[in-house]
Amino acid sequence: MLYAILCYSDENVVGSWTKEEDDSCLARLKVVQDKVSAQGRMGPVARLVPTTAATTLRKGKEEPLVIDGPFAETKEQLLGFYTVDCASLDEAIDFARELAAANPAPGSYEIRPVRLFRPGVLPA
Amino acid sequence: MTDLSWIEQALTAARPQAVAALLRYFRDLDTAEEAFQEACLRALKNWPKNGPPRDPTAWLIFVGRNAAIDSVRRGRRQEELPPEEKISDLDDVEEDIVERLDNSDYRDDVLRLLFVCCHPDLPATQQIALALRIVSGLTVPQIARAFLVGESAMEQRITRAKARIAKAGIPFGAPGAVERAERLAAVAAMVYLVFNEGYSAEADTADRRRPLCDEAIRLSRLLLRLFPTEPEIMGLTALLLLQHARADARFDADGTAVLLDEQDRTLWNRAMIAEGLALVDKAMRHRRPGAYQIQAAIAALHARAARAEETDWSEISLLYRALEQLQPSPVVTLNRAVAVAKADGPEAALALIEPLAERLSGYFYFFGVKGNLLMQLGRNGEAKAAFDHAISLARTPAEATHIRMHLDKLARDRAPRQGASGIA
Repeated sequence: MLYAILCYSDENVVGSWTKEEDDSCLARLKVVQDKVSAQGRMGPVARLVPTTAATTLRKGKEEPLVIDGPFAETKEQLLGFYTVDCASLDEAIDFARELAAANPAPGSYEIRPVRLFRPGVLPA
Repeated sequence: MTDLSWIEQALTAARPQAVAALLRYFRDLDTAEEAFQEACLRALKNWPKNGPPRDPTAWLIFVGRNAAIDSVRRGRRQEELPPEEKISDLDDVEEDIVERLDNSDYRDDVLRLLFVCCHPDLPATQQIALALRIVSGLTVPQIARAFLVGESAMEQRITRAKARIAKAGIPFGAPGAVERAERLAAVAAMVYLVFNEGYSAEADTADRRRPLCDEAIRLSRLLLRLFPTEPEIMGLTALLLLQHARADARFDADGTAVLLDEQDRTLWNRAMIAEGLALVDKAMRHRRPGAYQIQAAIAALHARAARAEETDWSEISLLYRALEQLQPSPVVTLNRAVAVAKADGPEAALALIEPLAERLSGYFYFFGVKGNLLMQLGRNGEAKAAFDHAISLARTPAEATHIRMHLDKLARDRAPRQGASGIA
């Protein structure tokens, strides 16, 4: 089963990391990711630019409305996601657990089974 | 990273909002700062034990407020303090305070806190130092280091600035729409000053000043979170990101400044550029142009060019023209002339800058640009005179070195030409 691991955290905290802190966190996450990649189970991974750069298109009664910022103002924001092939939910939870241990920021990981997957054609 | 380091990061991230809210309660900068300090100490003690609170900012405001009230009481009569557990068991209270403190409250609080630092009586350097101390929470030694001055001098500067603000009084009324816009403009200008202070022209000080640029970007992002639909704040944030993205390419291994055209663009920070470009696009949709947006759009055109030769100079010259109309200044015209020279040739550019001669008679870059244009036109004698003048106005060794390079080139060009005429 393919799972999407959606990473939520306070971008205010993550955004105040120094370059060194950011680099070292990324390096530790990469170790977790590489292990799964080596088993051929890793799908697309993305890290998102802060929500201040986001625009939302909200469908209204007539023309859709284009709004600055994310859909809802929340304490934690979607900062990125992984897609990973796991034999069971437990395996997906273990993967998220490893990500959580590698990342010092408080936050949460939402584990969502993927229903439709098109890997796309873009190069890395 | 240890547990304590994530707590420190959370405290740093919460600081502007927490100090700003505490300032509203206590109406006194020193009390607000002390209350925040006390709340941080308790966080360092409590959070490792009890885990992080759901809303660290609300926790810090609540605990800071209680701590300061306690200390006032303690001063009044020797009353016993409530047990620590009582303060740390905040779940219900936290919920309550979160509901009352939504984004719009923080918005005016943080804006007030930043605006206090931009008091018109304070010289720019004091405004910046104060904002870095109070809003960003940098220590005095950190600020002194970035400003390249001694710690005691910086301490004095900040104390003097605080005294002046206390005397002037802090505006506590809720701002109206016009007032809010004015405050936001003043604060944006101050954030830009912080960035410029960090944007060093010299390699040997660049590393020390760099935290100021990072801090300016953090403040600008903070403003943008509070005012997510203000195109000028999008423009400001984009401008800072797009300029700072080039930081690693601005000096070569010997510490010599590398001009934009000659920079190794693979060293530019792609993440900052992506964010900056997204913000420029967002801002443009509002169709309310402003100086930061235009400058960001210019920086965006540089960022979009994979190689210097691919730069869209005619679009850049149009943007400088728009900036000139919005904020007429001889320096903007000079910058426009540089773009015009690339787009339409040196002759057109020279015609643009000639009327500036009087107003920019003491400006290094004016003579540098003028010399360059004359050199391109083959008017080498006049070019040499302009470069000689530029050298006399250079403020740093790097500036002088750069001009000397041109003079050397002129000298080299002259030699073979004389040889050639000898043969004829």
